[in-house]
Amino acid sequence: MPSYVARRLAYSIPVLLIASFLLFAFVRATFDPTARLRASRDPHAIQRERARLGLDKPIVVQYKDWLVKFTHGDWGQSSRTHDRVAPMVRGALWNTIQLIFWGILVSAVVAIAIGIYSAVRQYSLGDYAFTSLSFIGLAMPPFWFGLIAIQFLAAGPRNWFHLTNPPFFFVGLHSVDASGVVDYARHLVLPVLTLTVQIIASWSRYERASMLDAMSGDYVRAARAKGLSSWGVIFKHAFRNALIPLVTVMALDIGLLFGGLVITEQIFSIPGMGKLFIDSLIQGDANVLVVWTVVTAAFVIGFNLLADVAYGALDPRIRYA
Amino acid sequence: MTTLPNRELLDVPTEENLPPPTPGEFADEATVIRSQWQLFWRRFLRHRMAVISSLVLVLLVFVCFSASWLAPFPKDHQNLTIGATGPSMKHWFGTDDLGRDQLTEIMFAGQISLKIGLAVAVISTLIGTVLGALAGYFSRWTDQLLMRATDLFLVVPAIAILAIAIKKFGNSASTIILILAALGWMYIARVVRSQILSVKEKEYVEAARASGASSARIIVRHLLPNTIGPILVNATLAIAAAIITESTLSFLGFGVQPPTTSWGRMLADAEGYVGTAKAHLLYFPGLALLITVLCVNFIGDGLRDAFDPQSVR
Repeated sequence: MPSYVARRLAYSIPVLLIASFLLFAFVRATFDPTARLRASRDPHAIQRERARLGLDKPIVVQYKDWLVKFTHGDWGQSSRTHDRVAPMVRGALWNTIQLIFWGILVSAVVAIAIGIYSAVRQYSLGDYAFTSLSFIGLAMPPFWFGLIAIQFLAAGPRNWFHLTNPPFFFVGLHSVDASGVVDYARHLVLPVLTLTVQIIASWSRYERASMLDAMSGDYVRAARAKGLSSWGVIFKHAFRNALIPLVTVMALDIGLLFGGLVITEQIFSIPGMGKLFIDSLIQGDANVLVVWTVVTAAFVIGFNLLADVAYGALDPRIRYA
Repeated sequence: MTTLPNRELLDVPTEENLPPPTPGEFADEATVIRSQWQLFWRRFLRHRMAVISSLVLVLLVFVCFSASWLAPFPKDHQNLTIGATGPSMKHWFGTDDLGRDQLTEIMFAGQISLKIGLAVAVISTLIGTVLGALAGYFSRWTDQLLMRATDLFLVVPAIAILAIAIKKFGNSASTIILILAALGWMYIARVVRSQILSVKEKEYVEAARASGASSARIIVRHLLPNTIGPILVNATLAIAAAIITESTLSFLGFGVQPPTTSWGRMLADAEGYVGTAKAHLLYFPGLALLITVLCVNFIGDGLRDAFDPQSVR
């Protein structure tokens, strides 16, 4: 196992390097960090700035310089605000990690619960209801779902019942004047819901199918025949095996989750990685964008690796040859 | 024969209880010859939701693209005196701040949303099919290229790359179509590749090769027709994906710009009205998106079942 992880990491590094180089080149070609100097009276200002930033060198050299600095912890300055990029990203990352943690936890628990229920009570009224809901969940644009959720679960109730605060908050992760678990939870509900609705819809369908598949296995029939309780068979025998394919899908969908963050954080004004991306993109902040893409890519690779390891732990048949 | 009285109870046809075949009947019932496509259609028509969805979608496309004749008001017709009003008999979907009829707006915006969805699906399917077939058949550098390219895109969120690309290349409808297609062909290419990989080992391909068919002929005449099912299904789903992606980009501010408008663009404009008296501006463009995508997904499901009779829903 350790050697497998090492090999996976070794494979990830070139992918990360190539990806970061392409993104670096792409972002550099798209945004000009000297754009704000165009109005300058000094005709040499742009040239001087380009030389200072090393923009006059070939792109490969620029990338190499950037990479050396990056690996030494110097992530550069924002080309707009001149803040250090590293603290900016670190602050944003913390908010995003919270969202991702709760997002994965909620979607896994809810999707598995729905999947098991739908498989055990196949073709029941509840199964049909969840199936219809999952079709709608998959077809719903996530940002619209977020807005509708605010309208009907937060802003709407506040207006209808003349409350000072909505039942669920929809700006940021903490109130300015309050703290504590309840306040935090009231801030989290809507963003996490928006982030996970599509994922829950797709994972629960997947879990239902793999659960049905597992429950038709001979070992389940054998366990039943020996007189094990129905739920015992479902959880001890069928569920464990149905989890394996789901974990693979989960790993692949982590990237999707990062994409969803861009929308969620924008709607709920959460200062995380998604919002940092949109803000930097609108302002043409190349330095932040490059770091953003590399950090995000590293995270996705890390999560994929984690899922692979979990996959091996769940399924002893898997050999890391 | 008296020793087998149970046979009739079991309803097994014996020579005695079988009615004599009338001339013509045999040919009518037992040997109705149906082509692949007829079988396909029969199975598709049995998928109730897919049939309903097709009808709804055709209606939706028709209504949107004949907006110039059907819409209750001319495009961008303003009525500043009434401002934003809720749904009424005169304005079914209400009006926005400038007093523009929302039904009219949604019909015209739908043209852009649907056009982008369809165009992206067609272009990315074409690119994906060609490259996927080459990668699957020759499995040399094209294969490596395809796999590595998809690896890269799995690593960075697509929405980020799309947004940067739109920032670079511009945000007219046709540029957005090209960008979405240029970055959206990989999934379908992987599907085609995996299909070709399995089909190319079949005996009839070997037979074709043995009788001297060229690679091009084998791909076009033998391999692609046998992967048409997955290709069509994924092309359908690509329409839905493209419509949602376009609306998301528009919502974030990177989509089409006024005066061009799409459903996502309308929702971006309505974002600020959450929780106000103008919240009705939020509902209808989103519902249009939801219904369109839902229909397309159901049609994709119906196609999948029709192409693959073994699949269990």
